[in-house]
Amino acid sequence: MSFERTQEKLKILADAAKYDVSCSSSGSQRTNKNKGLGDATGMGICHSYTEDGRCVSLLKILLTNYCIFDCAYCVTRKSNDIKRAAFKVQEVVDLTINFYRRNYIEGLFLSSGIFKSADYTMERLVAVAKKLRLEENFNGYIHLKSIPGASDELMREAGLYADRLSVNIEIPTTSGLKKLAPDKKREDFIKPMVKVKNEIIQYKSERKIIKNTPKYAPAGQSTQMIIGASGENDFQIMQTSNHFYNTYNLKRVYYSGYVPISYDDRLPQIGSAVPMMRENRLYQTDWLMRFYGFDVSEILNAKHQHLDLDVDPKLSWALRNLHEFPVDVNTADKRMLARIPGLGMKSVYKILNARRFRRLNWEHLKKIGIALNRAQYFMICDSNQFERRDLSPEKIKGLILQNSTSKYSKSLSNQLSLFG
Amino acid sequence: MHNRNLIYDGTFDGFLSTVFYVFEQQIDAVTIQSESDVQHGLFSENETIITDEKKANRVWKGLKNKVSKFGHYQLYYAFLSEQAGVENLLLDFIKYVFSTDLKVDKDFSHPSVLKIAQIAKMVGREKHRMEAFVRFRLTKDVIYFASIEPDFNVLPLISKHFKRRYADQKWLIYDIKRQYGLFYDLQKVDIIAMEFPSNFDFTKTNVDYFDQQEFEFQKLWQDYFKSTNIESRKNMKLHIRHVPKRYWKYLSEKQPY
Ligand code: SF4
Repeated sequence: MSFERTQEKLKILADAAKYDVSCSSSGSQRTNKNKGLGDATGMGICHSYTEDGRCVSLLKILLTNYCIFDCAYCVTRKSNDIKRAAFKVQEVVDLTINFYRRNYIEGLFLSSGIFKSADYTMERLVAVAKKLRLEENFNGYIHLKSIPGASDELMREAGLYADRLSVNIEIPTTSGLKKLAPDKKREDFIKPMVKVKNEIIQYKSERKIIKNTPKYAPAGQSTQMIIGASGENDFQIMQTSNHFYNTYNLKRVYYSGYVPISYDDRLPQIGSAVPMMRENRLYQTDWLMRFYGFDVSEILNAKHQHLDLDVDPKLSWALRNLHEFPVDVNTADKRMLARIPGLGMKSVYKILNARRFRRLNWEHLKKIGIALNRAQYFMICDSNQFERRDLSPEKIKGLILQNSTSKYSKSLSNQLSLFG
Repeated sequence: MHNRNLIYDGTFDGFLSTVFYVFEQQIDAVTIQSESDVQHGLFSENETIITDEKKANRVWKGLKNKVSKFGHYQLYYAFLSEQAGVENLLLDFIKYVFSTDLKVDKDFSHPSVLKIAQIAKMVGREKHRMEAFVRFRLTKDVIYFASIEPDFNVLPLISKHFKRRYADQKWLIYDIKRQYGLFYDLQKVDIIAMEFPSNFDFTKTNVDYFDQQEFEFQKLWQDYFKSTNIESRKNMKLHIRHVPKRYWKYLSEKQPY
C-alpha cells in the first residue's frame, strides 16, 4: 500500500471514529487456532491510554466518512465541510494485522459512514472481518458496527466473523431522533438488534446439540447513546437503556457526553463543556441496575427525573429512603448490603466472607479494607458506637461532602471503577 | 549459636534446593543470599549450596499439597521480585506452611504471609504491564523484537501469553536490565543471551537493523494515537497514572515523531 495515502486516510478516519466510546475488548472466548495469529480470551488488554485517559485497546476507525445522511450531532454528516476518505478492504486488513503483530492492539473496531446504501456499506465491513478470519487466520478481537437498515442476511454473516456487533442508537428519544437525524428511523436501529439477538439464541441452542457450530458474536452486542445533545433528561435516557437491556439482551449500553462539533442551533455550541460528570452518573446508575439489584424506577422516576451531580446515585437513593437504614452488617442479606452507600460489591463479598468467622465491629471492617466515610451513616455493627443523632438527609449529605472530595472531580473518567 | 550464611546460584531451583538443605539440616538461624549479591556477615560462615533439581522439585511438590494454587504461584511471583531479603521472607513463609496442617497461605495476620502477598501483587501488576507495553519492531531478519526494562524479573511469567498470541511469527523479548531474552522460533520459546554492538541504542529504531516497513508502521501508530485522542477531554494526570513515565521510552507512540 502507498504509505502517504494510507497515512492520510488513517488520520481522517481515526479522527472521525474517536467519539465512539464503546471500545471494550473483553468478553470473547476466541482462542488461537492452528497456530494462527492472535487470541481473544479473557480480559482485553489496554495497550496504551490516550491523553484524555481512555483505554486504547482496539484500532478504532471508520471504513469511510462519506455519508449520505445528515445527522446533526455527527462530524461525518453530509453537510459538514470536512475532508473525506475511504479505506480499501485490504488496507484495513493490513493495518490491523501489522498493528496486532507489534502488540499495539487487541483487535479492530470498525464502523462506517453510510456510503451509497446500508447494504453496500455493511457488505464491506463484513468483507474486512471475513478476510481477517479466513485469509489471515486472525483470532484477535473484531467489533463491527451494524449499519442501520442492513439486510438480515448480512447481519447473520457479520456475526459469524465478529466478536461483538453494535448499533448506536445515539439519540435516546424518538422525538430527539426526528429533530437531529431526520433521515433515520428508529426501526432501522432496532431491526439489526433483534436479528443479532435471535441469531445468538439460535446459535446457542444449536451449540448444545452440535459441538462445533461456529460461534456467533461471542461477546454479544452493545449500543451507545449520546448525552446532552437533544435535551433528553436522565429518566428518559435510563428508561431507554433499561428497555434495550431487557428486550435485546445487550451486553453493554455506553453513554457518551456530547462533544460539540458544530454551530447548528439545534445543538450545544462549540466551546460548551462536555457533560462528563453527568456521563459518570449515568454509568453509575447503569451499574446499579446491572450489578446491585436496583430497579431503574427506584433511582429515576416521574418524580425524580434528574440524577444529582454532587453525590452518586446510590447515596442519593439512600438519602431519599432513610427509613431503610441503618443496615446491620452482621445480619443483613446481600441485597441490602449492596445498598449501603460507599460499599462496592467487592466490599459486600468481603463482609459476607468475614462475618462467617466472627461478628464484625468497626475495627474488623477497617482491617478487611472497608471504606467507612460514607457507609458509617447507614450501618451498624457489633459495637455500641454508631451514629445516634437523628440526622436529616441534608445534614448527612453535608457531612459526607465535607469529608470527601469526589475522586471523579479529581480525575474524571468513565473507565474508573465506579463505586468507592 | 551462630547465624549461617547460605549462598545459592540465583535460580528458583537453587533457592528451593537451599530450602531443602535448611529443613534437612534443621538449621534455625540462617540467611539465604544469591551469589550475585553476597554480603559477608561479620560472624557468619558462607556455605555454597549446589542446585539440585530433584530436591527442588520435592520442595515445590510438597508445597503444592500444602497451599492453594494461588498461594503456590504467589511464592514464585514473590521470588521473581528480586527484592533484597525476599529469600528469607519466603523461607519464613515456607516454614510456617510446613509447621501446621491448616492451609495458611491466606492467613494475612501472619507478617510474612501478608508481605509475600503484597510483593506478589506488585509483580503481578508488572507482568500485566509488560503484556500491554511490549512493542515489537520488525528486524531485517524478520524477527519481531522488543526490549523491556521491567522493575521485576517478569520474563518467565509473560512467556506463555506471548507464545499463545503470536504463534505464527518469530519474536524476541529482551530484558535489558537482566541481560537475557525470550526467543520464539515458531516451535518453542528459549531463554537466550545476546550480544549487542556497543553503540546499540535500544530506544532508537535504526535503519541498519530494522525493516523498512517498520518505520512506516511506527509512524502510522503514532498518528493513530494522536488522532484518537479527544482534546476537549484531555486529562494528563489520569493518563500518567495509567502509563507511568518510566515506561515511555519503550512505547512507540511516545517516541519523537
Ligand atoms: S448516518 Fe451515521 S455517519 Fe452518517 S451522519 Fe448519521 S451518524 Fe453520522
